[in-house]
Amino acid sequence: MESSRSVSRRGVLIGAIQAAVIGVLGLRLRSMQLEQADQYRLLADGNSIKIRLLPPARGLILDRNGTVIAGNEQNYRVTLTREEAGDVSAVIARLRHIIPMTDAQAAAVIAEIMRRPAVTPVSVADRLTWDEFAAIALNAPALPGITPESVLSRIYPQRGDFAHVLGYVGPVSDYDLSRIESPDPVLRLPEFQLGKVGVEARLEENLRGKAGARRVEVNSAGREMRELSRQEGQQGAAVQMTLDAGLQNFCTQRLGEESAAAVVIDVTNGDIVAISSSPVFDPNMFVRGISGPNYRALLNHDHRPLADKTVQGVYPPGSTYKMITLLAGLEAGIINAGSRFYCPGYLQVAGRRFHCWSRGGHGSVDAIQSLEQSCDVYYYELAQRVGIERMSEMARRFGLGMRHDLPMSAVAEGIAPDREWKRNRHGQEWQVGDSINASIGQGFVLTSPLQLAVMTARLATGLKVEPRLIRAVNGIPEPSPEFEDMGINPLNLRTVRMGMDAVMNASRGTARGSRVVIPEWRVAGKTGTSQVRNITAAERARGVVRNDQLPWNRRDHGLFVGYAPYDHPRYAVSVVVEHGGGASAATPIARDILLFALNGGLPPLDAYPPGQRGGVEELFDSMNLAPNAVVAQSGRARA
Amino acid sequence: MSYLDYKVAQVPTGIRKILHINWPLVFLLTAVASFGFLMLYSVAGGRIEVWAQPQMIRFGIGMVLMLALAFVPIWFWRTIAIPFYLICILLLVAVDLFGDVGMGAQRWLDLGFFRLQPSELMKISLVLMLAAYYDWLPLDRVSRPLWVLVPVVLALIPTGLVLQQPDLGTAIMLVAGCGIVMLAAGVSLWYFGAVIGGVAGLVYAVFASRGTDWQLLRDYQFRRIDTFLNPGSDPLGAGYNITQAQIALGSGGWSGRGFMQGTQSRLNFLPEKHTDFIFTTLAEEFGFVGAFSLLMLYALILGFCLFSALTNRDRFASLLTIGIAGTFFLFFAVNIGMVLGLLPVVGAPLPMVSYGGTQMMILLMAFGMVQSAHVHRPH
Repeated sequence: MESSRSVSRRGVLIGAIQAAVIGVLGLRLRSMQLEQADQYRLLADGNSIKIRLLPPARGLILDRNGTVIAGNEQNYRVTLTREEAGDVSAVIARLRHIIPMTDAQAAAVIAEIMRRPAVTPVSVADRLTWDEFAAIALNAPALPGITPESVLSRIYPQRGDFAHVLGYVGPVSDYDLSRIESPDPVLRLPEFQLGKVGVEARLEENLRGKAGARRVEVNSAGREMRELSRQEGQQGAAVQMTLDAGLQNFCTQRLGEESAAAVVIDVTNGDIVAISSSPVFDPNMFVRGISGPNYRALLNHDHRPLADKTVQGVYPPGSTYKMITLLAGLEAGIINAGSRFYCPGYLQVAGRRFHCWSRGGHGSVDAIQSLEQSCDVYYYELAQRVGIERMSEMARRFGLGMRHDLPMSAVAEGIAPDREWKRNRHGQEWQVGDSINASIGQGFVLTSPLQLAVMTARLATGLKVEPRLIRAVNGIPEPSPEFEDMGINPLNLRTVRMGMDAVMNASRGTARGSRVVIPEWRVAGKTGTSQVRNITAAERARGVVRNDQLPWNRRDHGLFVGYAPYDHPRYAVSVVVEHGGGASAATPIARDILLFALNGGLPPLDAYPPGQRGGVEELFDSMNLAPNAVVAQSGRARA
Repeated sequence: MSYLDYKVAQVPTGIRKILHINWPLVFLLTAVASFGFLMLYSVAGGRIEVWAQPQMIRFGIGMVLMLALAFVPIWFWRTIAIPFYLICILLLVAVDLFGDVGMGAQRWLDLGFFRLQPSELMKISLVLMLAAYYDWLPLDRVSRPLWVLVPVVLALIPTGLVLQQPDLGTAIMLVAGCGIVMLAAGVSLWYFGAVIGGVAGLVYAVFASRGTDWQLLRDYQFRRIDTFLNPGSDPLGAGYNITQAQIALGSGGWSGRGFMQGTQSRLNFLPEKHTDFIFTTLAEEFGFVGAFSLLMLYALILGFCLFSALTNRDRFASLLTIGIAGTFFLFFAVNIGMVLGLLPVVGAPLPMVSYGGTQMMILLMAFGMVQSAHVHRPH
């Protein structure tokens, strides 16, 4: 067919044209990729435009009044770039005329510089004083390769006061990077700081901010030639805590060198106004890089300063648990406020003798008296009738044996034991003796100071108070909580509260010594002493050894929970003093903390019984309070 | 040949058609698209869901469509050539009136469920129309001036509409596509000579018009030409793309920097790395070996189409195949020429490789027609 032949001829022509064009493309490809590849590779490697990240300033952490409790400070440091320095040793030697540096430090710095690529700036010295910094800048011509620069670094102005709750920041480790999915490139900047524990770690996303970037032109060696554009980063969000710096400082000081914890909650809104674990450590040491011996000293300290005892520590609550047992009995209708049990000093159950702390016994005791005098036998009797299930159910309603959702590290769940728990955990059946032990907060029961404070807040209000630590993020306040009613018979709650009041204020109250004499600030509470060892029958026969004769780590824990004012509860507190020897170690501390919270400063002496005022004044004088926490002691400032 | 001729001639029917599909072409298209999947995966930083996966799904659908169209008898395409052409013209008018503006040009028609780019459809429609025209036109009239004017008008109407958007790249491709079909149909070479001469004159006029009242191109089009002629003149501005693209391309060397190792692509030096500049990523990461392989795959596709056209005794089928292959050729030649710095940056994707739905769908449908021509060739 002739039409096809014409198509064929032209088809071949078109094919030839296309082949020619493809040939040209191929040749061009060959010339660029094979003949000029080295030249282009050089351009790509030393690509003249690089993006350099600008680390963002970390968000501030503020206390409830706006005081900065985690801020940023200018850190003046000098870096050295080997490529520009030439003779590194000579430059370092000259630098040592300006800033003090030991031979070992200098050797370490030189080794570090030699290990890194020649173009990478290495930090030679940091945290310089302004004078040193200025001197280095002035002598720049004699110090080739040395760049003085100022970067932001975390600082905790209150040092140890917030060490446990806020945690601290530190350099990003490979481990940190491995845990983060698609890490922000800013984390790879040298010496960038990341929240390691506590609020700093849990609110890392809010606090970190967004990196800025600079587009810089660099030469093929990677040295910056000029800045082309700059986009500033965005500082991390400011986080305002519910904590009160003054009160927190007072708590820390008041706990002193004891191994102890204190938690204060505003019962009206769940705000944790103070949460203190002692002994404290200085988180700034971690920011700056803690030395080996210092770190080992913290680790090996028998009072465990690094542990946050407020949320991580769990203790048998001892008698502070009796409100739970009592309420369980009252709510189940097994007893009423007037129900009495007889206490001969012990109770014989299933062939075992369970002792009351009072060897002589309390005689006939009703519900309120059982709390006032902390009669154990009353609760042994109650436990057998109420049973562990109802007790632990009540404990969970009050926030024990469950994890409160706070942005802190390793918040403990504690234990509110029941039959199923024991079967799962120990593979054994629940015994009546277990219930008896649990009824006075011993045995399997474990609670954290935080949980005890929440429990007390719920007892004081009858509302399901939820603790919170964050008041506002980036200026946006967290919504005010609306707590639901616990659904507990108000009469029964009243009985428990009257019992707690009697503990402090009645003639035979176990904490009468720590009562507050100003009626508006009347405190109600409960003491607790929890054993950390079993007292054998033989020991008991010989007479129980007094606590102060025991080695420290075998003494009883001292606990106290309380709230004030009794009429219109505002603050709930829990104090645990590890191995304090008994409740008397915790009770005065808790009272002083409550009074400080109510007064908004050091409490007036006339809140104390007359005989104690001298001792209290002496104590307050000996305390080393932060300046802003000291409030005029004379007169009574009304909250 | 008419419908009846087909009945007389021996043409496969029914399911037996599957044996006559041009399977090497299917394989080659899949291979080219696979280059695309690989590079889209790489430029997304090793994430498949960003670009590679949607592209794979579209390719799958397009392939099914192509094979379905292969079963449609070839005479059907000739029958619909005129209405199809008219619809495309209407769509182009609609785009000018109601189209969405994207990247400074009005190219898209939002149909609700689908965003259509009628100018892409027009490229195929014009080829179809011209193939039908030359099939109908007696051979002795092919080079007569009046009969040459008809296809020129058919091409210039959509070209004019496309220039309104404005889309210079597509306009040039429409004209060039028209030229390929006319060349294949046997139009006297004198005409082509005259047109090339005319274009040279026009180029001169365009440059002469710059800055005057009768300026023939938009400012940004002039700037692109400047950039093309001297990319180093503004390395951080308009020339940035092409400079960085060439650094990426050149640094690939013989075997490339390795899959997902391209520093230019990784560090975001490359612009539009998943669309128009995807060839540079390929060249950077797989080097000359990879880039040249893709070029050869394209050449093989052309080769198979040309062979199919030359062995087809049906003039319409031959012209259609050559026209579609020619359009495909223009696509990749313009794109690769652009990233190699041989042509100005005109915003043309790399066919079957660049990320984008409309073009891939339309191309696969066009290859469906090529397959239809191949399956139904008379023996």
